[in-house]
Amino acid sequence: MADDLEAKVKKYLRGEGANLEVLNDKKLKTQLAIREDLYGKSAKAAADVEKWLMPSEGGYLEAEGIEKTWNITQESIAREVDILSSKNQHDIILPDLGPYTVDFTSSGRYMAIAGRKGHLAVVDLKNMSLVKEIQVRETVRDVVFLHNELFYAAAQKKYPYIYNQDGTELHCLKEHGPVRKLQFLKNHFLLASINKIGHLHYQDVTAGQIVANFRTACRSDAMRVNPFNGVVSLGHSVGTVTMWKPTSSAPLVKMLCHHGPISALAFHSNGHLMATAGRDRKIKIWDLRKYDTLQTLPGHAISLDFSQKGLLAYGNGSSLRILRNNSDSQSYERYMSHSFLKGYQINKVLFRPYEDVLGIGHSMGWSSILAPGSGEPNFDSWVANPFETSKQRREKEVKSLLDKLPPDTIMLNPSKIGSFKPPRKKEKPTKEEREAEIEAAVTAVKSTEVKKKTKGRNKPSRRAKKRQESIAMAKRPFLEQQMEEYNSGQKRKISEEVQLPPSLQRFAKRKVV
Amino acid sequence: MRVKVISRSNDEFTRERSQDLQRVFRNFDPNLRPLGKAVEYVRALNAAKLDKIFARPFIGAMDGHLDAISCMAKNPNYLKGIFSGSMDGDIRLWDIASKRTVCQFPGHQGAVRGLTASTDGRILVSCGTDCTVRLWTVPIPTLEEFYSPGKSSEPLAIYTRQNAFRAVDHQWDGEQFATGGAQVDLWNHNRSQPIKSFEWGTDTILSVKFNPGEPNILATSASDRSITIYDLRLSSPVKKVILMTKTNAIAWNPMEPMNLTAANEDTNCYSFDYRKLGEAKNVHKDHVSAVMDIDYSPTGREFVTGSYDRTVRIFPYNGGHSREIYHTKRMQRVFCVKFSCDAGYVISGSDDTNLRVWKAKASEQLGVVLPREKRKHEYDESLKNRYKHIPEVKRIVRHRHLPKLIFKAGRLRREMIEAAKKKDERRKAHSAPGKVVTKPLRLRRTVKEIE
Repeated sequence: MADDLEAKVKKYLRGEGANLEVLNDKKLKTQLAIREDLYGKSAKAAADVEKWLMPSEGGYLEAEGIEKTWNITQESIAREVDILSSKNQHDIILPDLGPYTVDFTSSGRYMAIAGRKGHLAVVDLKNMSLVKEIQVRETVRDVVFLHNELFYAAAQKKYPYIYNQDGTELHCLKEHGPVRKLQFLKNHFLLASINKIGHLHYQDVTAGQIVANFRTACRSDAMRVNPFNGVVSLGHSVGTVTMWKPTSSAPLVKMLCHHGPISALAFHSNGHLMATAGRDRKIKIWDLRKYDTLQTLPGHAISLDFSQKGLLAYGNGSSLRILRNNSDSQSYERYMSHSFLKGYQINKVLFRPYEDVLGIGHSMGWSSILAPGSGEPNFDSWVANPFETSKQRREKEVKSLLDKLPPDTIMLNPSKIGSFKPPRKKEKPTKEEREAEIEAAVTAVKSTEVKKKTKGRNKPSRRAKKRQESIAMAKRPFLEQQMEEYNSGQKRKISEEVQLPPSLQRFAKRKVV
Repeated sequence: MRVKVISRSNDEFTRERSQDLQRVFRNFDPNLRPLGKAVEYVRALNAAKLDKIFARPFIGAMDGHLDAISCMAKNPNYLKGIFSGSMDGDIRLWDIASKRTVCQFPGHQGAVRGLTASTDGRILVSCGTDCTVRLWTVPIPTLEEFYSPGKSSEPLAIYTRQNAFRAVDHQWDGEQFATGGAQVDLWNHNRSQPIKSFEWGTDTILSVKFNPGEPNILATSASDRSITIYDLRLSSPVKKVILMTKTNAIAWNPMEPMNLTAANEDTNCYSFDYRKLGEAKNVHKDHVSAVMDIDYSPTGREFVTGSYDRTVRIFPYNGGHSREIYHTKRMQRVFCVKFSCDAGYVISGSDDTNLRVWKAKASEQLGVVLPREKRKHEYDESLKNRYKHIPEVKRIVRHRHLPKLIFKAGRLRREMIEAAKKKDERRKAHSAPGKVVTKPLRLRRTVKEIE
């Protein structure tokens, strides 16, 4: 019980406290100690009230006897659960327009689906009703919701388009080109896209300007945003994963993950875990704090996804598997599996937030199955509310726009924001320090014993000369360095060699002839 | 097989009737709110910017005197009232809310130099260069006063002495008041002669202030650059400290009544512990010309100063630099300042015959603040406090637009101080170790302490 509470407190503490031992300033130390104490108290209070604030318990699936959880079929689960939940198991067969891809809103209430052959639709999953469907009559490669269910973007044959819920085309984003994958960064209101020729675009959807446009040099089939820090990751056809932020044109991280093209990527919501799947028939789970593999699993995956509670689903062909983190062995192990009829080709698997449901887009339409224990059981009305009214939605839109983050807050470690750099070291040593360095080098040379040589070479004058030489040799690098610095300073002065515009040439220094 | 899945029925999570409040569910899990620190930082930045946008400290000017305002007095019993005396002998009682004169007290032949009201707010004492001390009854504020401005009052008593008076202050708890001029005189409401007189040296007393905690302790400053402490129970003054420049005004900290702050001619204010006058506890520097008057907020956490450089500044009681500077184009040399009794406003009287009312917090919202708004302000305040060291936030919070003259004078002062410091360092470097000792500014400005 106490252990349980401790774990909860740790969760609310959001990482380690400041190290106060290294501080010299007594006053600051006391102030920070008081602050740290307050953080501890508030974390404890939050952990204490959890049992009243968060009454719902998460789902689970437990085997009894010799049966195994991965052998339990969806039909047998459906028999056990209530009617409301069993409604979440369905297959929608649309064989003509697939394969399909799906996306959920952050509250998990709405689903956008896009068929490769131009079928776009928004579905209200609470009422199980179709909000609107349209046919755009061209290839649709990806679909993504913007900040709420009213807008979604679809990557079509030549350009991505933004539609509203009624299916009205609002914008055609021509700068992006023929886009393969789309991602939306909720806190930053940025739409990120990777197109066929490997250009990564960031567009601010509130003001409309292109924030960044990078050439990633390589074709990529997988793209995911790390929800923890907003860094966009791309999986390339050469087996590398690159991570990008909109403020730097070079990737933050470039890692070789597979010996073959990368087919899918996924991030855990706590930002520490990444799963990649390659065509080399491997699925790897990475620790993003060390950039090291934690686990390598055999298998192909067309699509990967982490659920809110940390389940990992991957689909390939007509079968899919769900893995669970085994808390004892710290590794992902088989939890559930499901297979469709032969001939179904899974295109996308995506866990529905705040529900124990896995959405699947495949070549014959879309399906949803039950995955007990995948969703967060307690939602927060101010973060994502599945029962949101239109008034609440409007208010939330305004609030989230007020809290919109500038693109430069995207970085690998977002907890660095609001902290100070340690004071920079002095770039240039002072004159005294330099002299002391030379002195030290000279004394080191002087103190070394000179070898006794053979008779003819061992004159006192020669020994003295040799010593002088060695001292000069010791001094030499320092003097050379000084000379270099002096010369580089000289070069900066305007001279006639530098080509100046004619109007400025009269200010240049002339050589004495 | 045991299985459970999340299942939310509509009835449990939505309201029953449309009149009900929407149901709210909370989950404070940090994983649900990624980038929390970035969001907080952006909010802090926005709060700092909003603070600047809403910074409108000037409320209004109270116009009516015909000459420069020389002194002011708060009415401890009535929040809205303030007395002001001018150089032409006019004394007025103002209603701050309506910015109008409620009552006038004519009679002084020369400049009024000191004003004070008794703690019960019934009696006003004034003194001036015409060598008189006058006692007045303060009209009890009623509704009709607002409709009959320009009423004047007769003095209760007039006491004439040989020398001009420079300052007066009423005891916080009792019937006595003290005047300063050629000497310090102690008066009772009912006596026409001073009960007691103190003299130490021959110089003019510039200001007199009773200790708010101990009714028998009195501090004065004089033109011989001294600050003197008196105990009324003794026959002679207790102690005296002589500074390098003269002190124009003194204020006691009402919450820590052993501490007093002196407004000095050398542009700084010095906080002293009156038991240990030899060293200043704190030096408050920012003004660029002589500080003319000082008054503590009733909370004791900050004080306001008015200066000859035409600005009003607000300092934290323990901080070296001001947190706020107020100036307008038309405000001339400030001779007197007061913090209002609710710590919300600052009133300044200046050479241009006007009294000006300022907010103590420049961006504070006036009028009724709803609880939600209040919580928002509190949240913003704590955010700003948390991120105050971050350069972007600090820059916005610290920036004040200054008149060109004051900006330049400040820069010049800083350069001079820097140069003196550098010179001192060099002198130290070129002399034997321990021979040149630099004293901190709070010790350097004291000449001597006399018991």
